[in-house]
Amino acid sequence: MSVDKTTVAKIARLARIAVPDERQGPLADELNAILDWIAELDEVKTDHVEPLASVTGHALPMRDDVVNDGGCVDDVLANAPESASGFFVVPKVVE
Amino acid sequence: MTNLVQGRTGEWEVVIGLEVHAQVSSQAKLFSGASASFGAGPNEHVSLVDAAMPGMLPVINRECVYQAIRTGLGLKAKINLVSIFDRKNYFYADLPQGYQISQFKDPIVGEGMLRIVLADGTTRDIGIERLHLEQDAGKSMHDQHPSKSYIDLNRTGVALMEIVSRPDMRSSAEAAAYVRKLRSILRYLGTCDGNMEEGSLRADVNVSVRRPGAPFGTRTETKNLNSLRFIQMAIDYEVARQIEILEDGGSIDQETRLFDTNTGTTRTMRSKEDAHDYRYFPDPDLLPLMVSQDEVDKLAAALPELPDQIRDRLIDDYGLSPYDAAVITEERATALYYEAASAGQDRKLVANWMTVELFGALNKGGKSLGQSPVTPENLAALVGLISDGTISGRIAKDVFADMFETGKAPDVIVAEKGLKQVSDSGAIETLIDDVMNANADKVAEYRGGKDKLFGFFVGQVMKASGGQANPGMVNDILRQKLDG
Amino acid sequence: MSDLLSLSAVEARAALDNKDISAVELTTAYLAAADETASLNNYVARTADQALTMAAESDKRIADGTAGLLEGVPIGVKDLFCTKGVASTACSRILDGFVPRYESTVTANLWAAGGVMLGKLNCDEFAMGSANETSAFGAAINPWQGPDKLDLVPGGSSGGSASAVAARSALMATGTDTGGSIRQPAAFCGVVGLKPTYGRCSRWGIVAFASSLDQAGPFTRTVADNALMMTAMASHDPKDSTSSAVPLQDLAAAVTAGVKGMKIGVPKEYVMDGMDSEVTALWQQGQAWLQAAGAELVEVSLPHTKYALPAYYIIAPAEASSNLARYDGVRYGSRVEADSLDGMYEATRAAGFGDEVQRRIMIGTYVLSAGYYDAYYLKAQKVRRLIKNDFDSVFETVDALITPATPTAAFPVGRKIDDPVTNFLNDVFTVPANLAGLPGMSVPAGLTKDGLPLGLQIVGKAFDEASLYRVGGVIEAAANFTTTPARMAGGAS
Ligand SMILES: [Mg+2]
Ligand SMILES: [Zn+2]
Repeated sequence: MSVDKTTVAKIARLARIAVPDERQGPLADELNAILDWIAELDEVKTDHVEPLASVTGHALPMRDDVVNDGGCVDDVLANAPESASGFFVVPKVVE
Repeated sequence: MTNLVQGRTGEWEVVIGLEVHAQVSSQAKLFSGASASFGAGPNEHVSLVDAAMPGMLPVINRECVYQAIRTGLGLKAKINLVSIFDRKNYFYADLPQGYQISQFKDPIVGEGMLRIVLADGTTRDIGIERLHLEQDAGKSMHDQHPSKSYIDLNRTGVALMEIVSRPDMRSSAEAAAYVRKLRSILRYLGTCDGNMEEGSLRADVNVSVRRPGAPFGTRTETKNLNSLRFIQMAIDYEVARQIEILEDGGSIDQETRLFDTNTGTTRTMRSKEDAHDYRYFPDPDLLPLMVSQDEVDKLAAALPELPDQIRDRLIDDYGLSPYDAAVITEERATALYYEAASAGQDRKLVANWMTVELFGALNKGGKSLGQSPVTPENLAALVGLISDGTISGRIAKDVFADMFETGKAPDVIVAEKGLKQVSDSGAIETLIDDVMNANADKVAEYRGGKDKLFGFFVGQVMKASGGQANPGMVNDILRQKLDG
Repeated sequence: MSDLLSLSAVEARAALDNKDISAVELTTAYLAAADETASLNNYVARTADQALTMAAESDKRIADGTAGLLEGVPIGVKDLFCTKGVASTACSRILDGFVPRYESTVTANLWAAGGVMLGKLNCDEFAMGSANETSAFGAAINPWQGPDKLDLVPGGSSGGSASAVAARSALMATGTDTGGSIRQPAAFCGVVGLKPTYGRCSRWGIVAFASSLDQAGPFTRTVADNALMMTAMASHDPKDSTSSAVPLQDLAAAVTAGVKGMKIGVPKEYVMDGMDSEVTALWQQGQAWLQAAGAELVEVSLPHTKYALPAYYIIAPAEASSNLARYDGVRYGSRVEADSLDGMYEATRAAGFGDEVQRRIMIGTYVLSAGYYDAYYLKAQKVRRLIKNDFDSVFETVDALITPATPTAAFPVGRKIDDPVTNFLNDVFTVPANLAGLPGMSVPAGLTKDGLPLGLQIVGKAFDEASLYRVGGVIEAAANFTTTPARMAGGAS
């Protein structure tokens, strides 16, 4: 499995990172170098092996249903590049 | 009954599956301590976790988990003791994390079933595929500014149950019945307030059409319908649109569509459409969600009686019609009112008075059952007066109108207005004699064989009694005297 | 003031309690040291006023006998930790100007124990790197130098932390370790670094790189100091669902407990081509020291070791691609304006993320994307299971493992690498412990013939940090590592 410029463009779009055309080729090479090296894993026999997502032995801890947060609009908006009357502001979204 | 739709080139079968997003009734959000309630100012119900500030982490709300389990139990579904939270990755202005925490491969609730009752009283069982917990998104407002959108994260992170049906529905009416019934169960359980106007209950409808017996056609998904009417309109529009395309030799694109409430039509959704690839993977900030069978059993034991159970009781034990039973059990409050009003009374008579007179009056007065001036006790008393012959059904209607007007007890009204039925045979005989003397000619005609006149005499006697004479006795005595 | 700088944290605590020195004096000395060594670029923000205020408060508490475990100890904080009212940027342009309104649990624990905050330390952007060369603030420099006097990398990603502790511009420093980001720089800079068991230190308030691997840990000059700092850092945090409630052991006692009767495993797979012969020699030396101290050395096998690195370079970027989605120019950090929302996202993230971060986001996005998930991400998670199983089985027979910390000593800044994979190899010995969630410690144990420090790594059972401090204490004593770096504060005096 090796990526070409089209794939790079598709991934860049999914990741919302603008990649200029002239960077797509070099980036494809860099990604392929990593992917080729990763392909080493194909040697490992993993049928009937349970994937491991989390190493902690314990189950998910649960919180009580109490309201003890929020009500801090100032903190929420403090670092916003643009905000107005309590809202975050972004370029117009078309649905 | 079959629901085939007649097209130009033959009949089509409609196939409908629903994904309902129901907001979990809880104080706080699914993964943060911010309030889940509606109606706050912009971003007031937002924690730093909801705003996805760097380094913020989710911690799950136990009550939301229990609400999902209660709902699963109410849908007779399999509860999965181990379930997994995944990240659904996509960029959107009202999705601060850049992913929605949801359950993809291993939901908390598996297969279940929901029974719907159609207008003709017949029932259909609709399969439930799964129920999973996930985060709601925030709100983008597009009309505040010509070139900007405004973002409010108050809804961000509120707990939702996504309840996915099997493609078992065959008409928009069935789809509406399904949502109505699901809403009813959620409200009985108290796991969702079912308020569709506020958006606590939204449906995505998956619609396709096929020739009868053919394999499934390509489906479209119309998102975020927040009223039963819109659900039916959207489905009917999609069915017509798809049949027309197919009959013109075209094909349906599998796509997400938006419903335009103004035009009642659906259209392709432009944004979020390109390169759908959600890259689900288990959320590494969370561990497998585990509940014990013991916890599930405790929740099951505490479950209230559900509409189907009550409905069966009303039909089997009280002899109500399936339709009346369905109407009375749709809302828990109605069922409770009925139980109170019909205790120790003629159950069917009470059901009639509730569904016809009471609901009629409430609708006219624009009142809810909760605001009814007629208490269950008073309705019970009224039916009691009818049953024991104190008043006739006709008088009872007047008494009821008065009760609805004044909230008074029926016996009080009957006493005040002296509406008590006359069942004293002597008094009735005098009335009859007067009527016969006053109409000697008609008596002769009757005795001459014109027995159609009997009704005339009954009417005259009842009139003379101001409607209070016991109609049964009037009949018997009249017949004796005329024929005798 | 170099005499103040030469005190270990344990010594400084005693001197403070005896009123031989004051916290303000000690802090002033460290602020001056940071000025003196500013050319190492290991601080990205200094909080001198806050430091002196905190030191003054420490002196009060010492006076009325309410001193905490770290009372008056000057500490530097990796810029990955969110610190209330102090810019926290993960050394990325995309977090330019971000000032949190909250304090990470780990740093809050340190301040609650009386620690004094000196400032924020340089690191690789979003902790992605092994040389501290991807930082938006430029490379941090290793205070050590070879004969050629070239600037050397301090390692990474916690390069600024290792550099500052080695250069004596911080008495202690926090770091984070996702694939070796504490242990590798500790080795390159000749200091002690611990990556605790996953779940020991809360991740709340730390900018996330790869959530299932990230762990915060302490940098110190001595093993005893490290035990002291770790004791203050660790806590069970209800705000972090992956935080553990397993009680911390008595680490201070472990430092001097010795290794008599311990079984220590030597994994035969911890060798690779391109590995310095000096590294192998030091590894054998370390084994000899432990044997002499009464430990039993056993050769063990971790057959899947060579697959740890490729598995890591699937799992870590996958998680990172999702964790970094929140940096979108909407709620904080920098924004590049555009007339559509997506245009704004794409321009902001292209300008805000450096090349290495972009590369890893791209890889992570790719391995999770439709059609590749099973071949890459799921495969890596299965290999991760096999690697954990390897450790589980050897830990049935041994108490700890000893391995080299890094395949080489520190290398020059700006060393040109066309193949990105070469950089990854720095972490070959450290990554397996992250995948298995196990604690690992790097202890300075010797010098190369060029006079550059080398470290040995000790890996232990989950939640058994005590064994690492026992072994670490013995190695430290045996190695008697007293040489100091050329570009150390007060070094001239
Ligand atoms: Mg949907
Ligand atoms: Zn959903």
